Amino acid sequence: MKLFVTEGNPHCLKVLAAAELIGVKCDVSHVNHEERVVPHLSRPTLPALLLPCGLHLFTPNSICRYFFETSGHESSNLSNQWLEWEETELQPILAQALYMAVLQGKGAEAAQALRGPLSFLESSLGNRGCRFLTSDEEAVADIVLWAALYPFLSDPDFTAGALPQVRRWFQSVSLLDGCENAAYTVLKGEGLNALSGFLQKQPVPPSPRRDTKNSTQIELVVLAEESQRVMTPEEIEAAIQTWSRGLAECPDPVSRERPILPQEDLRNILITSALPYVNNVPHLGNIIGCVLSADVFARYGRLRGRNVLYVCGTDEYGTATENKAREEGISPQEICDKYHAVHAAIYEWFQIDFDFFGRTTTSHQTDIAQDIFWRLHERGYLLEDTVEQLRCESCQRFLADRFVEGVCPHCRYPEARGDQCDKCGRLINAVELQDPQCKVCKETPVVQSSKHLFLDLPKLETQLEEWLEKSLRAGDWTVNARQITRSWLRDGLKPRCITRDLLWGTPVPHPDFSDKVFYVWFDAPIGYLSITANYTNQWEKWWKNPEQVELYHFMAKDNVPFHSVVFPCSLLGAEDNYTLVGSIIATEYLNYEDTKFSKSRGVGVFGDMAMDTGIPADIWRFYLLYMRPENQDSAFSWADMALKNNSELLNNLGNFINRAGMFVTKFFQGCVPEMKLMDEDGQLLAQVGWELHHYIKLLDKVRIRDALKCILNISRLGNQYIQVNEPWKKIKGGDMDRLRAGTVTGVSVNVASLLSAMLEPYMPTVSATIREQLRVPECSAYSMLQDAGKFVCALPVRHRIGTVSPLFQKLEPDHIEALRRRFGGQQPEEEDPKQQAGAQAEASPEPGASSAPVEVVGIGAGDPEMAKQLAQAVAEQGERVRTLKGQKAEKAAIAAEVATLLDLKKQLELAEGRVPEPAPQKGKKK
Amino acid sequence: MALRELSSLEKSLGLKKANKYSTQGDRKVPVLQNNNGLSLTGLATIATHLVREAKQPELLGVSAEQRAVVQQWLEYRVTKLDNCPKEEVKTVLKDLNQYLEDKVYLAGNNFTLADTLMYYGIHRIVVDLAVQEKEKYVNVSRWFDHVQHYPGVRHHLPPVVILRNRFYASAHH
Repeated sequence: MKLFVTEGNPHCLKVLAAAELIGVKCDVSHVNHEERVVPHLSRPTLPALLLPCGLHLFTPNSICRYFFETSGHESSNLSNQWLEWEETELQPILAQALYMAVLQGKGAEAAQALRGPLSFLESSLGNRGCRFLTSDEEAVADIVLWAALYPFLSDPDFTAGALPQVRRWFQSVSLLDGCENAAYTVLKGEGLNALSGFLQKQPVPPSPRRDTKNSTQIELVVLAEESQRVMTPEEIEAAIQTWSRGLAECPDPVSRERPILPQEDLRNILITSALPYVNNVPHLGNIIGCVLSADVFARYGRLRGRNVLYVCGTDEYGTATENKAREEGISPQEICDKYHAVHAAIYEWFQIDFDFFGRTTTSHQTDIAQDIFWRLHERGYLLEDTVEQLRCESCQRFLADRFVEGVCPHCRYPEARGDQCDKCGRLINAVELQDPQCKVCKETPVVQSSKHLFLDLPKLETQLEEWLEKSLRAGDWTVNARQITRSWLRDGLKPRCITRDLLWGTPVPHPDFSDKVFYVWFDAPIGYLSITANYTNQWEKWWKNPEQVELYHFMAKDNVPFHSVVFPCSLLGAEDNYTLVGSIIATEYLNYEDTKFSKSRGVGVFGDMAMDTGIPADIWRFYLLYMRPENQDSAFSWADMALKNNSELLNNLGNFINRAGMFVTKFFQGCVPEMKLMDEDGQLLAQVGWELHHYIKLLDKVRIRDALKCILNISRLGNQYIQVNEPWKKIKGGDMDRLRAGTVTGVSVNVASLLSAMLEPYMPTVSATIREQLRVPECSAYSMLQDAGKFVCALPVRHRIGTVSPLFQKLEPDHIEALRRRFGGQQPEEEDPKQQAGAQAEASPEPGASSAPVEVVGIGAGDPEMAKQLAQAVAEQGERVRTLKGQKAEKAAIAAEVATLLDLKKQLELAEGRVPEPAPQKGKKK
Repeated sequence: MALRELSSLEKSLGLKKANKYSTQGDRKVPVLQNNNGLSLTGLATIATHLVREAKQPELLGVSAEQRAVVQQWLEYRVTKLDNCPKEEVKTVLKDLNQYLEDKVYLAGNNFTLADTLMYYGIHRIVVDLAVQEKEKYVNVSRWFDHVQHYPGVRHHLPPVVILRNRFYASAHH
């Protein structure tokens, strides 16, 4: 059996997902869009399946049906009906929508076109009330519809109305084995854009027929307009029972007494986040990619009663440090000491709750790295070879990795680094670079040879594959981590150099290589071990204990091969019973307002700057986690951050919790009132329970961003519940009404206490504040997050709460706009200032429909009002710069302020109708 | 149209009529409503259901492979054949002709629901074919003639005359 597919073809997603889910054994062949696979069809038609009988299946849905049939699942009537609907109703509209969204850039129109079918799906799911389309088990129709809609529904920017049922169903299918994996194969994490090649080759789809009566069909099926999941009487009954159990059975939290060591009867989770390089201040992308994501998972694990050890530290060796030290005229160690403290302070501010935050320049690092080296050497896993290396004659040194730049030999990206290309992600040997340049003096380096040691990866490949097969099956690897690892194995492993001609590093103990140090990618991951060794002398209980310990690595996707291939090979080759990788959680990239973060250009928000914005750390955590680049790249945007803060935190979450608490205080003298549960209360309990259950399922699979949505869904449900029941009116009524007001208040304040538990991993301070305000018992979080999640009445009748006050503050557009300007970095010089002003106006959080264009014209023509405002801003900014200089502030901070000042001056000149002077020389850059 | 088709299918399956039908939307998508509260939408879905109801599962294919092939042709019928624009008719006939070159029926050697529904769907096209065209798409014509003479199939549709002698002359064996 042979399956023919092609990348970037949305129909192939269906068949790949079905094949992975069922575990079909078939040969998958990737062909190009034009290949004619099915002999009797005159047009190329993909995907196609060559059946054992010699016939071809040439429609994606029939291929999916077949895969399901081979596992004994014949498609039911209902499933057939959905498939036929997908083929005849959805596909024509979808073809049109894809065309508009991808090739015409009309995302909003595409979303509009899809509203009809999506709301039909929404109401059908709501009426049926099952997990999946036809029942609580997935059917072939689920896979087909999921895959058909995937390009849109997985796009974080896609909006076609609130679709809570569709979103929930979509997520349930996404969690099935292999589905996300298939999506990654087809879309490569690029979202809709990955489809453009395919769509360009398709005929222009006809406009969807205006089927006026279609809407009546939808209405026919929509019985209840309300889109909430209707819970069954059994579910409601179960929810009420759970609720009434209260906090009776309260487990003890797992002790965090130092040193934390693996325990016999617990799940022992060892969490690492990629070690940040010491001489860069981390930016928001670094923070969400590693330390923050791992922190959420670690906190969650502790709440779930797991025995967690979370370690991280600064990666301190390498040329960059050496160079920085020379620049500042101090020793490399002093540089490391200085920046290690900077890192530690930033992470502390972000409330990253490490069990230990160490560093790699320690004697444990030398001991452990050298021990692993000798063991590899004794077992014959090291090779000796002469290497041609680039040497810069004018700088008098070998140019390691990042000190040489040139054209990527694979993808022709002009700024590829000596070890890896940022564009295509492939690893490079510096000598392979075309037109190499010394980064420091811009001279062309010469090739010189020198003797080096190599880790013999081909010899370890079989062992590695055996391990990975187990680990990939049992662990929670993200899709990109799986794909990157698989592609490395598929390409075949090559020996990798582990030594470098440098001074600042772990010395190679071999006498023949005494003037060399270990290459950072051999050395740095060993940092995880040595940092743990600095935490406890019993570190081997974590690192040489594969039976008891589950190891999770968190990182951005560019780090995957080193953690899934190179590092495990070092440990396997050392043959010392090391704990090997169990799961790799890799993120895609976070961009800054649609460009890259860049320290040298001053673009983006860096950890230290975030601290100066006056915005609390929890708000940063929330927004970064809300935008976490889980399946595809995402972008940090100031305007969006303000929007999310004001809509989700202030109006949704904060509003609900505050109202619940205020009702208790105002109407019931601060004590939880008597409650008598009615049907609709049971309905709410069941719905909240369902979200809690989903939250746990998602976080168990490290789907951090998606799980956050469950929290927001609960507070949305809570707000609706209060709104419908109007306790503030009922409290003024008779006894029955007053009892009703009491019940609604009591249930609401208990939902708030559940939210405090669910929020802990995401927003620890807010969580603690809620617990303090409501005086939530210590053990309630542990109790409610056990097993599949239990929403219990943790604040019983007569429980006295504390003083309630608002949790969040509005982020005002002016404040945000000022921050955006401050951190925008220098705009590219060639950009037309008019456009620039226009872009800013568009991005402002409140785009009054007509104000943007007017403003642009105003600036161009000279606008006295604008000029006045700008003159004021220039004066203020000038003062700020003078103060900073007076305080002898950080150079970088001053430079950023100066850039803002120059930018403002330029705008002022324009507003006054003067021609701006030519841009000043960029002397700041080194 | 689709309703007459379904009624013919019911007859050929020997079902006693207990189903109520209506249509939906401009495309007149058939909807089945039976006494047990079951409601199904879509021609292929309903037809498949009727065959199951009549307990003649062989008409849906006798193996997993064949069942998938049958469903594929049902899908082809409702997506490609129905609403097929004029300029596409030739491609459909050409492809089908090539496909049927080495087959008696659509799913191989036995008659299935795919033949019935494809026959119903392609009838309006074949009726309009000139003699030369019928010759050009010889395999389609042969299959069509087979199906229209299959017991119980052609209920509501007029027979189409296929000139047999000409075909014998250009047949393969």
